[in-house]
Amino acid sequence: MPAKLILSMDGLVLKEIALTKERTTIGRKPHNDIQIDNLAVSGEHAVIVTILNDSFLEDLGSTNGTLVNGQPIKKHFLQTNDVVELGKYKLKYINDQGQKSVAPQDFERTMVLRPGAVPKADAPKPSISQAVPAMGASPPAPTMGASQPTPTAAPSASQPVKPVSASQGAPTMGSSQPMSASQQLALGGKVAAIQLLSGSNAGKEMELTKALTTLGKPGVQVAVITKRPQGFFITHVEGANFPIVNGKLLDAQAHPLNDHDIVELAGVKMEFFYKT
Amino acid sequence: MNLSQALEVASCTDPGIVRSHNEDSIAADATKGLVVLADGMGGYNAGEVASGMATTVITTELQHLLEETPPYRLEPASGRPWAEKLLKDQIAKANTSIFQAAQSQPQYSGMGTTLVAGLFYDNKLMLAHIGDSRAYRLRGEAFEQITRDHSLLQEQIDSGMITPEQAKFSQNKNLVTRALGIDPTVEPELNCFEAQPGDVYLLCSDGLNDMVSDEDIGMTLQTLSANLRLAAQQLVQMANDNGGRDNVSVILVRVVRDYAAPKGWLSRLFGWLK
Repeated sequence: MPAKLILSMDGLVLKEIALTKERTTIGRKPHNDIQIDNLAVSGEHAVIVTILNDSFLEDLGSTNGTLVNGQPIKKHFLQTNDVVELGKYKLKYINDQGQKSVAPQDFERTMVLRPGAVPKADAPKPSISQAVPAMGASPPAPTMGASQPTPTAAPSASQPVKPVSASQGAPTMGSSQPMSASQQLALGGKVAAIQLLSGSNAGKEMELTKALTTLGKPGVQVAVITKRPQGFFITHVEGANFPIVNGKLLDAQAHPLNDHDIVELAGVKMEFFYKT
Repeated sequence: MNLSQALEVASCTDPGIVRSHNEDSIAADATKGLVVLADGMGGYNAGEVASGMATTVITTELQHLLEETPPYRLEPASGRPWAEKLLKDQIAKANTSIFQAAQSQPQYSGMGTTLVAGLFYDNKLMLAHIGDSRAYRLRGEAFEQITRDHSLLQEQIDSGMITPEQAKFSQNKNLVTRALGIDPTVEPELNCFEAQPGDVYLLCSDGLNDMVSDEDIGMTLQTLSANLRLAAQQLVQMANDNGGRDNVSVILVRVVRDYAAPKGWLSRLFGWLK
């Protein structure tokens, strides 16, 4: 089933429009695919370009603008249940194709995109069909499609650079990283912490909220505590000495931590415990 | 030239949680400075065959050829370093092998593989890739992707149709626009990077970057770079903890020290006089 739009005004459903065409135009003038005869709507107000399962909404420089979920947009990649507003009119975008008809496993599978595999992708604009270097074309295809703006030569310059703002930490407590929501959920929101029992910072407590927390002194002895769905684990990272848990020397393997385990690291004793 | 003193290499590959087959294939040779990662596709076990062929053909041939031709020497015809030609030629050879196998044996019909391959030489990294297997670099605090996927999604981003933010929710994640072994010829993308001591390079299949965000990957490398093996295992574990829907493979290379190629007799003399 193709994606569709549900046109409504003041909560009253006026009609449903299936997005079967590659370009679906919206405007006040009669030649539009979706005509909305209202003065708040421009003659040529917006267009929806549909490629495979994806639809893109573009405002065509309308007088009163186009809102998606309350935000004014120029160009928008439509997600199912998005609400497009033109004046008092609302268009709800529904696309259950990807979620329903494609099994999640197929969806993950990498496939090669060949020109023949794209159903009728004779795009009107310099868009996808040209941007895809023709894999199946019989002569060796040119490396880059015409519309690929960046030359191959400088990928590092054109890639979005993500500066990682890691605070490579103080000698005792190191850097760490956040964990995904699913991991948080699986642990049932259990919060654990480490309390130092000896050394100059004795008594200091640190919550293990991150997926990775490093302990120790870089260059001397470092261990990492990983937060996983099944619990917390300690693993040796660097240094000649391995951590000691409850008086037992660990090997290179990850070791599960239990409530009130005593960890010894770089001469400092600390206790692992779950907070209630 | 033996690079095993200059490069530290660790790798890990895992079928993931959902799939029974591992269609990824990896190969690494620290002495030659060569790393190859391929993510195969195709029904039944064809994906494994394609990725296995890619890594085997490229590594065995290159190991041999690198003995004969120093990669930093310039090729007379093009004026480009041999490394580029060596990689290109071996990729073409792998492409032909896979393509012919796919043509001649019905059970392999349509198989192919993505590829990312790196050759370290003369304080440089020559990187070739096809499809959506990636390379990243951690330099100091900066973690960045240094390959650009050959995928529909990337091209949508490039043409401004969608933003990288929106791309995370796209349904076209799995469509690659180039692959090895699909057509009689293939054009790999080659890029050369200056390597610095302390750099950590990550090659990975999409099973990693689809399941773990770039931020998390970067943090993990930064936190655990003192222990590359552990970092590799941790990355795979994170992909699996997040669902492990695809095979996941990683190769990590740390530049431990300078590995400039020995230059001509003149510069050697200068070096000696200094």
